[in-house]
This record gives sequence, structure tokens and C-alpha cells, in this order.
Amino acid sequence: MPNVVTANRLIDGIVVYLAPDGGWVEELARAKLADTEEETRALESEAAKAVAERRVVAIYPMEVALHDGVPVALSVRERIRASHRTTLTKDWYDVPL
Amino acid sequence: MYRYDEFDHAFVHERVSQFREQVGRRLAGKLTEDEFRPLRLRNGLYLQLHAYMLRIAIPYGVLSPRQLHQLAMIGRRWDRGYGHFTTRQNLQFNWVKLIDVPEILSALADVEMHCIQTSGNCVRNVTADPFAGAVNDELEDPRPWCEILRQWSTLHPEFSWLPRKFKIAVSGAAEDRAATAFHDIGLRIVRGPEGRNGFRVFVGGGMGRTPYVGLEIRAFLEKEHLLSYIESILRVYNLHGRRDNLNKARIKILVNQLGIDKFREDVEADWEATRKDAVDLPASEYARISSYFTPPDLMPGPIKDEDVEQRRITDMVFANWLKHNVRPHRVPGYAIVVISLKEPGRTPGDASSDTMDLVADLAERYSRSEARVNYTQNLVLPHVARADLPRLYDELAAAGLATGNSDLLGDMICCPGLDYCNLANARSIPIAKEIAKRFADPDRQELIGPLRLNMSGCINACGHHHSGNIGILGVDKKGTELYQISLGGNPKDDASIGTIIGPGFRAEAVPDAIDTIISTYLANRNEGEDFLATWRRIGAAPFKEALYGAA
Repeated sequence: MPNVVTANRLIDGIVVYLAPDGGWVEELARAKLADTEEETRALESEAAKAVAERRVVAIYPMEVALHDGVPVALSVRERIRASHRTTLTKDWYDVPL
Repeated sequence: MYRYDEFDHAFVHERVSQFREQVGRRLAGKLTEDEFRPLRLRNGLYLQLHAYMLRIAIPYGVLSPRQLHQLAMIGRRWDRGYGHFTTRQNLQFNWVKLIDVPEILSALADVEMHCIQTSGNCVRNVTADPFAGAVNDELEDPRPWCEILRQWSTLHPEFSWLPRKFKIAVSGAAEDRAATAFHDIGLRIVRGPEGRNGFRVFVGGGMGRTPYVGLEIRAFLEKEHLLSYIESILRVYNLHGRRDNLNKARIKILVNQLGIDKFREDVEADWEATRKDAVDLPASEYARISSYFTPPDLMPGPIKDEDVEQRRITDMVFANWLKHNVRPHRVPGYAIVVISLKEPGRTPGDASSDTMDLVADLAERYSRSEARVNYTQNLVLPHVARADLPRLYDELAAAGLATGNSDLLGDMICCPGLDYCNLANARSIPIAKEIAKRFADPDRQELIGPLRLNMSGCINACGHHHSGNIGILGVDKKGTELYQISLGGNPKDDASIGTIIGPGFRAEAVPDAIDTIISTYLANRNEGEDFLATWRRIGAAPFKEALYGAA
């Protein structure tokens, strides 16, 4: 399964993903995919640079599934992070029990 | 309540300036995250799943209307319009931005609040009986002692880098409403041999991975020696507590490894050696601090108010609220009101900024400008005239804050869980909501009687699952949330830790499992028995059989 790199934005802590253009985006669907271990390592070192540049903190790679070519989080934890929301929201069921 | 003096004001504002500079240095690249993390944690700022979380100390759970309004303002301006009251009588904001935190701290300092020592391996915010100074079963108001402990522990140079965090709870009443048995140090004010009040001191209680009920280290401690004695406990812990293993670093592990007798011996030896030089609190300083807690001047009135009694007969929902959420006050004609933050469908412990503003107004109008937070995640108005109860009730009910479920099944403790928390393994809020929905019928809760249901989303046990009559612990089993149920915990006088009843349940099966447990209790209980008493009498077997079938 492919990997993406995720982090929290330094200034506000919001969950972000490394995008193909080197930017950081809030939508997992727009994250850059790494298909091999080598590509994952390359993503990680690109992310480490962003840590040094004080754009993000707490970087780590994570496996994703592809639905029609679009990355989707696997674990409950990552589904919750990717949804940017919690049970306080009325329609929390998009992260079903 | 206590008011800051010049020293307090200067100190807290100085800390805000320090943190403002630290954030500036972090953003300018002069501090790495590794360097910055301990600094932000010392100011209660965590990085959680979705955002930064700011934990605000509410010393011993006491709030003024001005402070509550300010918290409401902070929620609106810098968060998403709500906060979460915790089992440590604190308030957490879940969505703050790092760049805003210095401004937030400054706004807190303006109302004599801060986030100091809400994280880190130091003495944390001291917690207390939320009914302190108001309740009719109280021997002595614990709040002056809490304030003394707060001042003593703030930036205490010897105890700022303990092996692990350190929590103290104080109760001065017959009923323990502060879970003192589950704290690193639990203090109970008791009447001594010569009719003087002093402290019964417990040590080594705690939850988490290795739960223990606190053990008595001293049956009676003269009040004036509180600080020197606690220093000796902390000194022995600081020297001998483990620093090599995070999971074994709390004082409970040391106490239980050494045994309470040996631990006591070490503490008493240190105390004998140091107490002559130790600075115990001078009587004048005690008098100065305790003068801030002079009880409000309440004119005794009739115990029964005619309008209240009339409405009790005609309005069953009001009657239910009176029965469960209104408690006897030490002054006849007054009452303590528990404002439930557990309306079915809401996240337990969450309060919107509008709620905070409303409760602040109500405290001002009906409760001598005092509000409290209890560790079961509700708000309290401690001094309400009984004649005002119908009006107060109507205002609370209009805002969804008059659910009459205090200390019933619906009054669940629930940690933020995997919806917010970086440490969590499973969600707790949706489970609590599903259970609340299942048991929403007040008549059914009434039939079940007093019941403490506590839930945590990980082994760290912020949701006090070990001390729940029914405890639920969320774990992660191969990527699936699984919920372990334990029975028979008790946070009160006869404290006990729950027993895991069997294999865990998937999320969607938890409400059924709770239903089965409740039905088993109802089928087996003797007249007048609450859940805990039935459990203690009949043991695990009937519950196991009901949940998992015959062995």
C-alpha cells in the first residue's frame, strides 16, 4: 500500500499532508503518494526540511488505501485526523462506529 | 474566593511575557520543537490530534462570574465556542492556535487565571470537594488549605522536576466528593483526639496503567504541619521514585514496592530531621488566606418553600431535578445546585461559551457570585436560596442544563478520547452518547438508582474507569476499537478498583452490554440496594453469565 506523510501545522496545529507541489494541504485526498520505500524516505526527508523551516511539526509517514486512485486513511485514528472534526459535529457518523 | 495580591499578579503576568517571548523564539527558529515542547507544556499547551489544546487551571474548581465570562470570551474569540471541563476540575480548549496562546494567557491573567502546572512532572492543580464551604456534612472548609498548597507548590524549586506528575485532593466533609483515595496524596480533614481538626493523610492512590487505592500514611496530622509533612512525602518520592521507566514513575509504585510501613518510616524520618528547619505556615498567613473564604452572609430561612413544594407535586421533571441535583446546604433555606453538563446527546463535560456566560449570570444572580466545577464534569452553584429554585430551574431548563441526573447513570464521566486526544486508543464520546440515548428515560434511571459509570479512551484513565461502578476502557485491538468493561469500582469512602468482567466488546455492542449488566443488577438486587452493594454481595458470576453465557 502507498504511503503519505502527515504532520501538524506549527502555527495552529491543524492536520496537514505533504502535497505534490511541496506544500502542505489539509485534504488527505490531495496528498502526495509514495509507492516504494525509497519514495517514502524521500517524502520524509522533504518533510524534515519543512520541520526545519518551521512550517510543520510531528511528521510521520502512514499507509493509505486507494479508492479510485484517491488516498483514504486506514485506522480509526487517521480517519478522525483526516476528517478534521469530532463527535461534536452533528454529522459525526461520517466516521462510523 | 481568593484574590491575587500584587505578587501573584506580577508573577502571572511575568509568566505570560516569558511565554510570549518563547513562542516568538520558536516561530523565529531560535528554538526547535524539542526545546520548545517542555516550555509549552509548562504552560498547559499540548499538541493533540487536530490542534493545540490549552489546559487552564481552575484552582480547586472555584470560579467567579468574571472568570467564567472571560473563559466564554476566550472560547468565542480564539477557539470554536466551547470548552471541556475535565476530571481534574480544569477547563480545556481544544482548537487554539499556537500564535494566539500568548494573548489567551494574557486574557486569563487579567482575571487571575493561568495554565501553570497543568502539565509536566510537578505538583498539579489541587482539587477539592466542589461543595466546599456550603455543604451540610462538612467539618471544615478545605479551600484555604487548597490555596495554601497552590501557593506553596507553585514553582517550588525542589519539586519542579519530580519523577512524574503529582496530584493532591482535599476534602473536609463526611462524604468524599473529591475521590481522595485515587490521588498521589489524599487529604481528609478529620476531628482529632483533643477535638481539634487535622488531616488524615493518604498516599499512593492513582489510576492509570496500575491502579491503586491510596493507603493511610498518617491517621492524624496537626494542620499547622501540613506543608512540612507533605514536603517530606515529596522528598522521599523525589529521591526514590523511579525515573528509568515512565510507567513506574508515579508515587503509587514506590509506595507499593516499599510497602506503606517502610514508606511511612522513611517519610517520618525525613520529617523528624527536617521539620524544625522547615517553614511551616505561620498562623498569621493562614488567617490571611482563610479570610478570603469567609462564608457568605446567608440569612437562615425555612427548609421548605411553599412554591417549591407546590411545583414538586405538579411538575415531575422539576421534582426529579430537585431530588437529584439539589443538595442540602449548611444554612437552612439554602441549597447547592448541580448543573448537569450531561444532557443526553451532548458530549459529557463540554460547555459552550453561551453556557458559560449563562452560568456566570446565574451565579451572580442566585449564588453569591460563586460557581464551581466538580470532578464528574458538571458545574455547581453553591449558595442558592430555596425560594429561587423554580426560577433558576426554568432558566437552566431553557438552556438544556436542567437534566436531573446527578450521580445517576446518565451522569457519566467521559474523557475526550480518540476524537481529540493524542494518547487515546479508542473513542469514548460516541460511546457515552449511545449509552445516554439508551438510558435517556429518567424513570429508568430513577429505578436503577445511584450509579457511577466512567469511561476512558486509553489506559491512562483520565475518565476514571477504574473507579466507576461500571467502568469502560477503550483499547485498540488490531486497528479496531474494543471496549473492556469492569464492575465494582468506587471513588468514595470505601474506595475500590473495578474488576474486568471478561472479553471486550465492539463499540456497537457496548450499550447492549451495559443494558445486560443493569438488568442483571435489577433482577438480583435486594430492596434498597444500590448497584455497588449488589455487586459486592453477589460477585461477578451472575454478570458474567448474563454477558457471556454459562461457562
